[in-house]
Amino acid sequence: MRIQLDFPAVLAEWPLLLTGVCWTIGLTAVATVIGLVVGVAFAWSRASGPAWLKLVVGSYVELIRNTPFIVQLFFIFFGLPAAGVKLTPETAAVIAMVINLSAYATEIIRSGIAATPPGQIEAAQSLAMGRMQIFTRVVLPPALAKVWTAMTGQIIIVMLGSAVCGQISVPELSYAANLIQSRNFRSFEASIVATLVYLVLAIVLRRLLNWAGPRLLFGR
Amino acid sequence: MVEFTLWDILRNLLIAAQWTVYLSLVAFVGGGIVGLLLLVLRLARGPVVRRCVAGYVQLFQGTPLLMQLFLSYFGLALFGIDTSPWVSAALALTLYSSAYLTDIWRGCVEAVPKGQWEASGSLALSFGEQLRHVILPQASRLAVAPTVGFLVQVVKGTALASVIGFVELTKAGSMISNATFRPFVVYACLALMYFALCFPISLCARALERKLNHAHRR
Repeated sequence: MRIQLDFPAVLAEWPLLLTGVCWTIGLTAVATVIGLVVGVAFAWSRASGPAWLKLVVGSYVELIRNTPFIVQLFFIFFGLPAAGVKLTPETAAVIAMVINLSAYATEIIRSGIAATPPGQIEAAQSLAMGRMQIFTRVVLPPALAKVWTAMTGQIIIVMLGSAVCGQISVPELSYAANLIQSRNFRSFEASIVATLVYLVLAIVLRRLLNWAGPRLLFGR
Repeated sequence: MVEFTLWDILRNLLIAAQWTVYLSLVAFVGGGIVGLLLLVLRLARGPVVRRCVAGYVQLFQGTPLLMQLFLSYFGLALFGIDTSPWVSAALALTLYSSAYLTDIWRGCVEAVPKGQWEASGSLALSFGEQLRHVILPQASRLAVAPTVGFLVQVVKGTALASVIGFVELTKAGSMISNATFRPFVVYACLALMYFALCFPISLCARALERKLNHAHRR
């Protein structure tokens, strides 16, 4: 059997691909920012919140980390409307990604917080710093710096995971690939192109996060 | 109209769950074998092979599993191989796990002190003997916990096989949801069943980590 690949047919649909890339980047950016903020808040409550809060957040983290993203997404998009919460695919996707990332971020950041030497906190207390001040100035920045590599990896996993959102017709990259193949039947080529674009996005995103982390989050 | 009780939903999900388990095992064992071969290749050969293996790992870690499944599904068809979702899913997940496992195990081998290589080399052990008697026994001890932890990733990854039409837990869930018009209950059950599969493995990985780290430190 002769195999003929026809990439020009796929690349001719570049506006679709471009829209897809923009959606993938947009979803990832929003999920990253909100997910990190929620992750920091949850990590704080797991490290030094009241006992009941530790239990609640701990269960949340375990529940999310031990179920597939696609099931979380389907539960939010298909399941919640039955309970009276109607969401657009885009909102559902953002919520699912935030929930997913925040659970992993909580665990990652918590491990960074746990590695803070007690002497640093005692020193800060002796300078009469408040609890909140100690957390945001003394504990958090070095904790983030320590775990930033793991965090970067997780953000990339969430970006790649967003491919699943095409299944609820969010117009992101994998959805664009599906749309293209339904137009010209070049399914293999469309998948290859989309996969390569994801690869480039992942590499660029890693560079970007490695650059942005030290400059914006834990100044160096 | 047929009424579906909660028990009907659960029973059908349980039947489908066995396919999730089978697919996970195939992917995990297959990925382990391919991963080990790649690891040995990487250790035995020069920088060119090392870079190729690194590229392979980068390729699978830098692209969505969903797209890998699509590529396997459409790619096999293009090569004239009959694409049952079962074969495509098993292939894609095996390659996916092999890339991750190679990378995990590479870290473990690198954690074995370099002196062990040199000492065993100076005893005139061949490369194979060094690996078998000195390096791998020590590395495998380090590798147990993260390897078990990765099994959770594999189980969760099999959920994506539903997209190319493999009837496992997630696919069964959406089919049952369509039949019963009770998506909230069905997807909640679905999540709980994945949790029931994955949480014990997570706990096990964590316990192993604690135990082996403790032994390691002493």
